[in-house]
Amino acid sequence: MIENRPGLNLLAHATLILGVCIVALPVWVAFVASTHGPTDFMSGTIPMWPGPHLVENYSQMLGAGVSTSGTPPVGTMMFNSLIMALSIAIGKIAISILSAFAVVYFRFPFRGLAFWCIFVTLMLPVEVRIVPTFQVVADLGLLNSYAGLSIPLIASATATFLFRQVFLTIPDELTEAARIDGAGPMKFFRDILLPLSRTNIAALFVILFIYGWNQYLWPLLITTSSDYYTIVAGIKRMADAVDGLPQWHLVMATAMLAMLPPVAVVVGMQRLFVKGLVETEK
Amino acid sequence: MKRTIFSNQLLPWLLLAPQLIITFVFFLWPAAQAVRQSFLREDAFGTRTSFVGLENFAYLLQSPEYFNSLKVTAIFAVSVTVLSMGMALLLAIAVDRMIRSTRVYTTLLVWPYAVAPAVAGILWWFIFNPTIGIMPYVLAQVGYDWNHISSKTDAMMLVVIASAWKQISYNFLFFLAGLQSIPGSLREAAAIDGAGPVRRFFDITFPLLSPTTFFLLVVNIVYAMFDTFGVIDATTEGGPAQATNIMVYKVYFDGFIGQNIGSSAAQSVVLMILVLILTVVQFRFVEKKVAY
Repeated sequence: MIENRPGLNLLAHATLILGVCIVALPVWVAFVASTHGPTDFMSGTIPMWPGPHLVENYSQMLGAGVSTSGTPPVGTMMFNSLIMALSIAIGKIAISILSAFAVVYFRFPFRGLAFWCIFVTLMLPVEVRIVPTFQVVADLGLLNSYAGLSIPLIASATATFLFRQVFLTIPDELTEAARIDGAGPMKFFRDILLPLSRTNIAALFVILFIYGWNQYLWPLLITTSSDYYTIVAGIKRMADAVDGLPQWHLVMATAMLAMLPPVAVVVGMQRLFVKGLVETEK
Repeated sequence: MKRTIFSNQLLPWLLLAPQLIITFVFFLWPAAQAVRQSFLREDAFGTRTSFVGLENFAYLLQSPEYFNSLKVTAIFAVSVTVLSMGMALLLAIAVDRMIRSTRVYTTLLVWPYAVAPAVAGILWWFIFNPTIGIMPYVLAQVGYDWNHISSKTDAMMLVVIASAWKQISYNFLFFLAGLQSIPGSLREAAAIDGAGPVRRFFDITFPLLSPTTFFLLVVNIVYAMFDTFGVIDATTEGGPAQATNIMVYKVYFDGFIGQNIGSSAAQSVVLMILVLILTVVQFRFVEKKVAY
């Protein structure tokens, strides 16, 4: 703030409060809807204040699900989402940190080629090559499996670049000292590189967990057995089935549960989240 | 470049192996398949495929549906980018004025980043539901008859709002970081010279923010073109009458629902070229940002 202008301060606060309200509106409406009974939606407009059915709706969704829509209980879907998000986040970090280590600390033939192979993945989002990728996964027999849900999404140029950047800033003296002390490459990696990149790993993990949890098209295509439905993909199946017989309170309860883990991660680990976001985009 | 390196020759390949194998099996091979399939056509029973050269592409170029999809994608991407960046810039400027409440407002504004596009679509779809939603009710009071199931414009507005809403938090964080990296002394000097807040914004803040703005432009266009699949699929499914059938959705729809593999593959190739161009633009720009 440069000069004291109470009028402008007031305007800024008003803008922000309005902004926060607009941003929160859809979630508030969803929350309110998820606390009402099925009959409350028949009477014209949706209510604006919470109703009495909160515990009832959420426990029904978590435990039993909606039998008519053919989706499993939300608890199962959230578990599948958790497995997928964790596998994607951990898998991406593991393979990226290893390949960044290889690219930065070794000189070998075709190093540039290997780096370019990783680089081009940046240009091939899964949505773009969806049909042939699906065929590959089907041929490998990975449909309806946790491996099929996570492995095809694990290769990541962004994470490799990030770790490459981090490694390049680590002083050569550390490597020299480690070598003089007789440390081999893997010992150097484990005892020096890993501890030094701990906060980068944590920040990246936050971003990748959200990325993994929020996957939609991929799980939608490769899970045909309801045992492997993830919550973000399952919610659409539920909303579709609901179209005939509106059970909005249950769909919105599911939407709330689908949002809860990633939003909690962002709010709870805001500092790491911002760090991860800024770093992965550099 | 590192001066101190390890001399092993086999080890780096072992370290690279997981990444390279996954990249090859799930990225390069499918991409190559897409290119191959874009030159092939299956007959009606799927029993025979024949090489048709560039016919799939020629067919795309003649197809009014594909041109419609291009147009829809352009309108959609520009609207989402302008709406979410505009809102985010406004909020970032307001937060930048704050001293004590910066953190609280930031927390309250960043969380939609974590909401999946498909869930964002479901939420807005519910709010705009023509029979029970609150927005059509409010709009009816001012005489607007909202119906995104039959009106093309309404459907487009719905997917734009849902997609832009999710992206505000991302743009906000980058705009705020950009604003906070502008030295206060510049604006103070302008204030002493008698420039008011509006003048200061247009003459100092906005030009100095341009690297952030350009970067966000590219990111938002990429987001609107590729990451909004979930929004479209959860709400309009490309309808009504193709009004929201963006290119990414059409690749999926023609390939999986329409089973027209050749055309879908040709569209994939077009999209890959577009991503390639956007990536090049982004990287060239990032280099510029360093020199700015």
